[in-house]
Amino acid sequence: MSQKVTIERRAAVKHLLQDRDNRLVICGLGSSTYDVFAAGDHHANFYLWGAMGGAVMIGLGLAIAEPARQVVVITGDGEALMGIGALATVAAQKPGNLSIIVLDNEHFGETGMQKSHTSHGVDLAEIARGCGFLNSQTIYDYETLNAFSNLSNDPAGPRLVVVKINSDNPPRALPNVDGIYIKTRFRQWLGHHPC
Amino acid sequence: MTEPTAHSWEDDIFDALKNAGVSQIPYVPDAGHSHLIRRVHGDPDMIPIVLTTEEEGIASSCGAWLGGKKSVLLMQSSGVGNCVNMLSLLTNCNFPFVTIVSMRGEYGEFNSWQVPMARATPTTFEMMGIEVMRCNSPDEVGPTVDAALYAAFASEQRIAILLSQRLIGRKEW
Repeated sequence: MSQKVTIERRAAVKHLLQDRDNRLVICGLGSSTYDVFAAGDHHANFYLWGAMGGAVMIGLGLAIAEPARQVVVITGDGEALMGIGALATVAAQKPGNLSIIVLDNEHFGETGMQKSHTSHGVDLAEIARGCGFLNSQTIYDYETLNAFSNLSNDPAGPRLVVVKINSDNPPRALPNVDGIYIKTRFRQWLGHHPC
Repeated sequence: MTEPTAHSWEDDIFDALKNAGVSQIPYVPDAGHSHLIRRVHGDPDMIPIVLTTEEEGIASSCGAWLGGKKSVLLMQSSGVGNCVNMLSLLTNCNFPFVTIVSMRGEYGEFNSWQVPMARATPTTFEMMGIEVMRCNSPDEVGPTVDAALYAAFASEQRIAILLSQRLIGRKEW
């Protein structure tokens, strides 16, 4: 890490979702899903337990389908890196209602804390900027995090925020693992027929 | 490959997509889909989504359905192998899914590098629980796409429609 990182992942996610209103949240598999569940279960949370690399693209399809609502993808550095091409695809679509939050501990936390590419200097915020994100930044401390409002609608285009978190591994908080249930209650909350 | 002039099987696909209310079209381009992709780009009610890899379109189609919209993925057979793990998302959550796959590497193919993935395409879908429908002649295309869209979005089925290379025509080198 280039700077001393003090942000704890659960505190960061709780802060980001504290005034979520009717935002729609897609969570990358593993710790991001646990963090979002720990911040408070919600019918408008779509928890991933697999499909690594897919969180940003699920968010894109949803953001295009629901242009009047805010869509927030919360995922980790490993999941974002596996679907790195999705940043180019999102940038080409420019959905103003899509925010991507990358919780970056620079490690693969679920699999034994192996170092990820971001610990070797890969900068996801710079990659997003290069793809064409007008809003892209990295947050290292609580002061910046508290000042950041990730959830405002920004017609200038999608935003990506990398939140550098420490590598603490809090106890797992496990939401329902039944994908059909998670999908159906999400759709019903939006008023869509179960099928 | 010649550009269709009168109403063609490519237009039958477009009409079926319109009639079913499909609004998001993620795609990795292929010559066999080029007329359809142009028509999608020309329709103000359809959103074309150009992808960097085919599996992105599976995930975006699931996101569209979470938001109550219908999406159909266009790709060629060489991209099917890129999709395997993401196809598990469809099964785990019982998402509806339709992809239309233009086949290379199976009928009058010049480029042998297209052949292995062409041969593996039906079994790749089937091993992941996706039903495979194939179109060999122009008159099959419209009804097949229409039936697949109805089954997928009325009862959350997962279907891959293969457009055979015999239908599309060989790529001239």
